[in-house]
Amino acid sequence: MNTAAVMTLNSLSIGERGIVSEIEGHDAAAIRLMEMGIIEGEEMELIGKAPLGDPLEFSLRGYRLSLRKQEAGRVRIERAQ
Amino acid sequence: MTNAAPLHAALIGNPNTGKSTLFNALSGLNVRTGNFPGVTVEAKFGKTQHDNRTIQLIDLPGTYSLAPRSLDEMVAVDVLLGQKANVPHPQVIVCVVDAGNLERNLYLFTQLLDLHLPIVLVLNMWDTAQNRGASVDLDELRKRLSVEVVTTIAAKGVGIEDLKAAICRAADRAAAPSVPRPAAVDAAVQALQKQLPDGTADFLVYRGLMDVDGEAEKRLGRIAGGNFSEQLRSAREELTNAGIRVPAAETRWRYDWIRQLLAGVAVDTDRRQRTPSDRIDKILTHQVGGVLVFALTMLLVFQAIYTWAGPLVELIEGLQAFLGETVSSFVPPGILRSLLVDGALAGVGSVVVFLPQILLLFLFISILEDCGYMARAAFLADRMMAPLGLNGRSFVPLMSSFACAVPGIMATRTIENWRDRMVTILIAPLMSCSARLPVYVLLTTAFIPDEFLGGWLSLRALVLFGMHLVGLVFAVPIAWVLRKWFFRGETSLFVMEMPTYKWPSPKVVLGRLKEQGGEFLMQAGTLIFCTSVVVWAAGYFPEDHTAQHEIQAQIEAAQASEPVEDARLAGLLAQQRVISGQLIEQSFLGRMGHAIAPALRPLGWDWKIGVAVIASFPAREVVIAAMGTIYSLGGEVDEETPGLQDAMRSAKWPDGRPIFTIPVALSIMVFFALCSQCAATLMVIKRETNSWRWPIVTFVYMTLLAYVAAGATYQIGTWMS
Repeated sequence: MNTAAVMTLNSLSIGERGIVSEIEGHDAAAIRLMEMGIIEGEEMELIGKAPLGDPLEFSLRGYRLSLRKQEAGRVRIERAQ
Repeated sequence: MTNAAPLHAALIGNPNTGKSTLFNALSGLNVRTGNFPGVTVEAKFGKTQHDNRTIQLIDLPGTYSLAPRSLDEMVAVDVLLGQKANVPHPQVIVCVVDAGNLERNLYLFTQLLDLHLPIVLVLNMWDTAQNRGASVDLDELRKRLSVEVVTTIAAKGVGIEDLKAAICRAADRAAAPSVPRPAAVDAAVQALQKQLPDGTADFLVYRGLMDVDGEAEKRLGRIAGGNFSEQLRSAREELTNAGIRVPAAETRWRYDWIRQLLAGVAVDTDRRQRTPSDRIDKILTHQVGGVLVFALTMLLVFQAIYTWAGPLVELIEGLQAFLGETVSSFVPPGILRSLLVDGALAGVGSVVVFLPQILLLFLFISILEDCGYMARAAFLADRMMAPLGLNGRSFVPLMSSFACAVPGIMATRTIENWRDRMVTILIAPLMSCSARLPVYVLLTTAFIPDEFLGGWLSLRALVLFGMHLVGLVFAVPIAWVLRKWFFRGETSLFVMEMPTYKWPSPKVVLGRLKEQGGEFLMQAGTLIFCTSVVVWAAGYFPEDHTAQHEIQAQIEAAQASEPVEDARLAGLLAQQRVISGQLIEQSFLGRMGHAIAPALRPLGWDWKIGVAVIASFPAREVVIAAMGTIYSLGGEVDEETPGLQDAMRSAKWPDGRPIFTIPVALSIMVFFALCSQCAATLMVIKRETNSWRWPIVTFVYMTLLAYVAAGATYQIGTWMS
């Protein structure tokens, strides 16, 4: 996969980390994501998936947050080391 | 005795911080629940004492943010601004945070600072945080924030006295400084404030500017009149041109401030490290193992409310029958006895009978919620709820509704999103509850041939299975319609915290049980009782019951005589059944049944079925006893009584055709699968939504749906046969 291309949170594999670069849109859903701490520069790790691959469980700011693929797809990231 | 004016304090915090436990630890038994007009949220009020001073507490609903996007979320803002009628303006805010998750929990705290009220910051679950290896320099935190900071372990009652003292100290302190906002934002807020009446809170203007299309914007629009939204929009545009993107910028500067605040104050463990909670999740949210545990847990919960509640229900019914007999032995046959036994005692029984299911369900829910598993259950069930447009939080309430909608609807309180909660409440009564089963069994055994399709598939079993599916199938389009037309605006989101696992606290679990049981009895219970008595009266009046009472007295005399005159007694009983059947026909209920009879023709029903349906408004299962009375078999029949089945099989129209055919039996079953003949459900909806609107909507839509579907079943069935 081309790492220079735009990646979103839902494309991480389990155990992979990403650094948030942007959230698409500024509707209620986007604001809720930001309020939960998903902010530019923040590191997030995918730590689990529900049985059918959706929703996803992430680790950020020392806590665990679950998001649906659809919402996670709105969060652009860069791959972290 | 108190020697000073009471101090008013408000508790607020994120979900999963143990705030309610802390509130209960503070207020002990002095708790009462309060509703606010027009919204579904409720607040709890309590009080406590410290150094002869009374502290009045209000517990606000758990929230992640104070940027209101619905009327429900606006309640907390109004209370904190002192703009809620009958709720005193709080002098102190108690902000409860999870000591092990400071960074995100403090986001709400930064918004509270904007209210310019003294705050007590409570680091709850202090022991869990310390065990995890987190440490906080409390003195430094107090210095940097200039607010009172206390640590508590609410589930163990540790730190409660410190907290009370801190609340009293805070009342005499000045408010702490807010998180600085960019100069351009400050200028914009001040410019907007000049166009608003004096006294409009800075907080409201600030939120109006920051929350695009939020509740604050709507409120300001009403205060200012004219086109205030337009001004807010241009103010936001100017900010964006100045490089401050609303709303993203705000969350950014708040979180930056939190990080600076915590630097050198809070030492957390390595965040990349897996916690014990993560290791439990490896199993409990595992693709195979997790699903297995989930299925077994849900099966256990369902089994408990469907089966284990049975003996307790029988015990209650037995007690009710015993009390009825006791009353009857003192009170001679007559209106007083009927009122006491068939009205009042039956009414109380119809309320108490729900307690076993409610308590059992909440026993499980409280344990699962308190230990953190409910969030995992929602996580695992989320995809299953997608066809309904709901999220995983709705799974347990809807599943429980297959046993009984009353506890199921009460369980929707675990759904955070208002819209999802409302849709779940409104479709829960469609799930085929255990009270429908007797109706299905009666009609299936009496009218569906005992045949096997292809030699192995029982036709009767197929019909029973189909009846359980009918409601679920209709729930899908109805949920869609509700989301599309009734609850627009708020988008359904699944952004859910997965709290750290912990051992459930027996105190918390038992407290929750007591609260739920008590509230049901006091609030929904009174309404259910009243409905029962009203329906009793409609079935009793306006006819003259003298003859019936005389026969009853003769029967009782005959039963008491030695030796019992069997032949005479049998004659009297038969006579009594005939009179009872005539009386119900001539009662208000019977007249209503006759009046709606023409409307029932398309369903293939006669007036007797109509009377039975109306009489079963308090509870579906009553239809069987009502049928028994109408067919002069007495009210003590059940679904397996051969006499009732025979009477129904031999019932004829005036022209000699049988009334009950397979299409009619199916049409009655479909009707009962979809109708809302359950006063308890409607009253619980009233209680949970805090409005008469929703029980009325439920009754109307379910009755219409049941009528149309039953009619279609009959017509199609007749056409096919």
